[in-house]
This record gives sequence, C-alpha cells and structure tokens, in this order.
Amino acid sequence: MTLPAGRPAARLRVDFIACDGRGLCAEALPGLISLDDWGFPAVSRRAVPPRLLADARATVRACPKLALRLEPVR
Amino acid sequence: MSAALGGSQALWFVSRASGLALLAAVSAAVVLGVAARLGPRRRSPLAVGELHRTLALFSVAFLGLHVVTAIADPYVTIGWAATVLPFASPYRTLAIGMGTLAVDLGGAVLVTSVARTRLGYRAWRAVHGLAYLAWPAAFAHSVTAGNDLRIWWAALVVWGCATAVATAMVARLLSWLRGPDPAVPAEGMFR
Amino acid sequence: MTRTTPWPGTLPRLLPACRVAGPVSLAEHTARYGPPPSGPGPRRPEAMIAEVDRAGLTGRGGAGFPTARKLAAVAAARHAPVAARHAPAVVANGTEGEPASAKDQVLMARSPQLVLDGAVLAAEMVGAGEALVVVHRRVREIVDEAVAERVRARADRVRLEVRTAADRFVAGEASAVVHWIERGVPAPTATPPRLAQRGLHRAPTLVQNVETLAHLALIVRYGAGWFRSAGTAAEPGSMLVTVLGAVREPGVFEVPIGTPVGRVLDQAGGASAPLQALLLGGYFGTWVDAAEAAGRPFSSAGLADLGAGTGAGLIAALPAGACGLGETARVVRYLAGESAGQCGPCRFGLPAIAGLLERLADGRGADPGLLQRWLGQVDRRGGCAHPDGTVRLVRSALRTFGAELSRHADGRCRGRAGVLPVPSGGSR
Repeated sequence: MTLPAGRPAARLRVDFIACDGRGLCAEALPGLISLDDWGFPAVSRRAVPPRLLADARATVRACPKLALRLEPVR
Repeated sequence: MSAALGGSQALWFVSRASGLALLAAVSAAVVLGVAARLGPRRRSPLAVGELHRTLALFSVAFLGLHVVTAIADPYVTIGWAATVLPFASPYRTLAIGMGTLAVDLGGAVLVTSVARTRLGYRAWRAVHGLAYLAWPAAFAHSVTAGNDLRIWWAALVVWGCATAVATAMVARLLSWLRGPDPAVPAEGMFR
Repeated sequence: MTRTTPWPGTLPRLLPACRVAGPVSLAEHTARYGPPPSGPGPRRPEAMIAEVDRAGLTGRGGAGFPTARKLAAVAAARHAPVAARHAPAVVANGTEGEPASAKDQVLMARSPQLVLDGAVLAAEMVGAGEALVVVHRRVREIVDEAVAERVRARADRVRLEVRTAADRFVAGEASAVVHWIERGVPAPTATPPRLAQRGLHRAPTLVQNVETLAHLALIVRYGAGWFRSAGTAAEPGSMLVTVLGAVREPGVFEVPIGTPVGRVLDQAGGASAPLQALLLGGYFGTWVDAAEAAGRPFSSAGLADLGAGTGAGLIAALPAGACGLGETARVVRYLAGESAGQCGPCRFGLPAIAGLLERLADGRGADPGLLQRWLGQVDRRGGCAHPDGTVRLVRSALRTFGAELSRHADGRCRGRAGVLPVPSGGSR
C-alpha cells in the first residue's frame, strides 16, 4: 500500500529495551499509541494514516529515549 | 561623545538584561530536564519535555543578544574571539572565560540535541551530561562578570536560579545513588 | 568428494554408545568417528555449507532455524556492500539457561570433542579465525581439558577459547550470550542489527547451540544422506531430549526426531506413576494432556495441532497426584524473577501474572479476565522472547488444567507441587 505521494507506508515500532515508560508518545499520538497497565506503550500494528505522519515523526523525535521508530511496512 | 556613551550604555543594559534572562531560561531548562527523569508519574510528560526544549531554544536567542551586545559595546574590550575561546578576553579574563566555557559546553549540548536521531541515544546522552558543567560555568560567570548583584531583584533572580538548580542536581544525584526503582506491583492486582 | 568411511549410523550418534562416566578423549573420539575429511575439496566452505543445507539441519537450541541459512548469512556478511571490517566470530552456545534441561551439559560432559569439531568446522565455513565456546560452569573443567588436548595435538587451524556461561535463564539467548562475552551482562540486546551482520565486537557472528554443532561435525564427515537416515523427511536427524519428572530413569536420551512421545518416555524407563500431563519443550513450551500426547511423534509437525513443539528438547512428566497449576505458578514466578528487567511489560507484567497464578493455585481466586488482559499486554512486547514464552506456557496451562480451576476455587485441590526444578536464589 503506498501513499498518494508515492512514499511507502510506515508503522510505528517500540524498542522495549530502550523504552522507559515515560509516556510522551501516548500523550502525543493518542489515536495510535495507548499505555498498558504499567505505563508502557502499545502501538497499533497498522500503517500510520497519512494525515498523522507528520505528528508521528514529531513523536519519534520527542521520545526521550529514542525508543520509538517509524519503519516501512513490508 | 555623549551620544556614543549613550549608545554604549544601551548596549550595556541590554547585555545585562539579556544575561539575566538567559540565566533564568537555562536554569529553568536544567530544572525541567532533571524533573523529566525524576518524580512520580505526571499528567503531562510531553509538556515537561517540550517546555525543556523550548526554553533551551529561547536561551539561544537570549545568548545571541547577550554576547553581541557585550562585545559590540565599545566601553570594554572583550573581542570576538572570546565568544568561543575561553580566557581570550582582556577585560575580566576569568569571568568572561567562564561564560565562554558555558557557551562552548552548552553549544555541544545544543548541537547534539538537534542531531539526536542521527547520533543515537548513547552518544547524545554522553554529551548531554556536559550540561551539568555548563550551568556552573554560566553561574560563575553571572556572579563575577558584572556588578549587578548589588541590585536586590537581580540578586534575587540569580540566587533563586542557583537554589532551584542546586536542588534539582542534588535530587538527581540522590536518585542516581539510589539506583533503579524495584518493580512496582500493578494496581488492581487484588481486585 | 573424499569422505571418511561411513560409520554404520545407528543411534546414538552424539553420545557415547556405552554409559561410561566421563568425557570421550580425543583419541577415542577419532577412533570412533574418524577424522574430519581432509583436502581442499570437501573442506571448501561453500561445499560444506551446501552439505549442511542438503542435510536439512536445524538449530537444536529451541528456535529450530535452518543452520545452513545462518552459516550462509554470516559467511556472506564479509561481501556485503558495507563490508564488515572484522573477521566473523563463532560462538558455540552451551549456556542451557533452562533449569530443567540438561542435554547440552551432558553433551559437553560426554562428547566435548564432537562439539569442538563442529565449532571448528563452523568457523571454517564462515571464515572465522576463532571460536568461543560458552559452557555451563559444571562442565567447564572438562571442556578446558578437551581444548587442551586438541592444542597439544595441534588439531585445528582455528583458535578455541572457553568461557563459563552466566547463571541466568535468559543468558542462553543468542544476543545475551554475545553481550555476556563482551561486557559481562547476560541480557538480550536490541535486534537490528542482526548478529549475522554485527555481533561480537562488531563482527558478523554465528551463534549456534552446541548440539547443532555436534550434528554439523558428523554431517561434514558422513554426508547429508547419512544424516537424513534418521528422523522425518521434514525434520531429519536425531535430537537430544531431557526427560524428567514422574519417570523411572530421568536423564538425557538421543532419539530420532518423530519418535512417538510414549517411546521417548520408555527410554527413561517409562512412567513411574499414572500421568496427567506432559510439559513439552521446556519452560517456554506447552502443557499437553498425557494421554493425548503419548501417541504423537515428538517433532514440530507431529505436535503442531496440540499447539506444542519440541522446543529445547525436553519432556517433563506430571503425575496424576501433582498440581499442574501449582507447578506452573512456581515456574512463572521463577521466570518473572529471571527477566533481564530491561523491558517494562516483562519486568512488571510477569510478576503480576505470577501473582495471579499463585492466587489461582492457592485457591484464593483471581480474576480470569485480568489474567487474560495481562497475558495479552505482555505477549510479544519485549526485547526478546522471554515474555512470549512465558505467556505460551501459561495459556497452555489454562487449557490443560482448566477443568481444575473450579476445584481450586473451592480449595479442593490436593496436589503436591515440586515436580519441576525451580532454582532458588538464582543459581542452577
């Protein structure tokens, strides 16, 4: 599935070893990321909708541990 | 002559004012940076993180103003080299040098933070720790480079910043010595 | 292609034929198996990897990954566009973090030379100059002596180095072994980049279970056809199985893959009491009903519809008088304590799940909805398979022992726990 601009679809992935459960990501992207009972992110496995891509990239930058990644959907 | 002196006075005031604002901004940034890792779960970790970044970027603006006006001021000779080379200023060499040191260290923190995603967490974290050296240098500069501590409210700002940052740093040190938190049992486990 | 004369290949292949205690010496080893093929032809890396591929050897550490593919990946890393600047490394993984499993320790204690052969051959296949052999502390001395024997005989062009494994459950995970060697921390590391691209000291690294290397050493000698003469077409060869619990002679046995489960238990003298369930694969494996499983082939294909697999090569027999929920609660509490603690869902979720299971086993009652919720929140949310394996075990326990939940709620379970070994104080 490709976006109108011809870029490949992307989805979010958490590096759980790096993640500290600070919760910035769930606050920034409530539609795609929720927190489990211990404060760690559960990320939607679906591709990020095009209108949220910019927000997703900003959220990746905002993570204090750089534990959030955007990777291409294969 | 009086016009030139008037211009110099203006530059001097702006330099001192922006210096004070700069100290307040970086102090707040440091306190927020420390607070991000300490303390209980807060309602908006994103706000803390983003405020920390915003204040740090504001500081750059204040810094620019502070440095340019100080060096452009014809009343004292500091020289442009002193912006990056510590102890290159003929005027109050040690005091200005502390400021330069703060700029150098803070600059490294800033540059690595902007390039954080490309550097990777560990390299970024290693340089970011220099902030713990940059602030004391900035503070030393604040109390030695000017004579404004005589003004009561300026002294209040300066010592207020020192108290806030010192508290934050002590809290951080204690937290580091204590080690990571033990596993917290989930709430509602015994529902 | 010159090969040593094929040795009449009945079992056992890996373990010595007789039950003599102590390791097989280098001389005895060479007398039994013959030397590995010599000459440039059969020892060419590509030829050897191709033979392993034809043999269909898969990893015996639990993941079952095709060995030839791993070898090829590490060998190819040197020719990658961004070529690795370091020669590849080989790690023979004999950590055996699973407390109930003993097969790797027994293999290293009885047939160390065979494993070392395999390590050396694997090193030649990927172009490594040295091989690190990580072993359980109980067999360290034996392996040291085996290496010394080879050094005295100048047997290898590859340098062998021995290390003692860390004493933790997760220490046997491939990236954890590398991390342990490099920095003394037996915790898994984030997967990109893969070990085959960048592992030990930034070199392309092959981490292979010691049993896999033993099979590899024999494939190079006797060929793929011989290897496939045991086992099934899809899962060829033999495997080592640890059998424990309510059997007359618990121990480690070598069986062709696909042997009926009941026959594997017979090797251990058969059941010592009527059995209610079997734990297949290890602590990351699956509980199955004993009667249902007895006739099934012990292979991934044969056990698939039971939701089980051979895992790390282990069968634990649970007698009718024991409490399956209680055993599972003990094991899960142990697994929770063995979390590397790097990932939140595992570090916090596993103890929480252990707590609920303990309440269920004790008869104090627990919210099954909460248990399911937490199982879902922990599964596949970590840096390694530790939470996934634990969730698998718990789900299979709820399936297999589900009928007992009501008995437990009424406090009527009279089973005694203590069949499965669970170390206390973190030592094995």
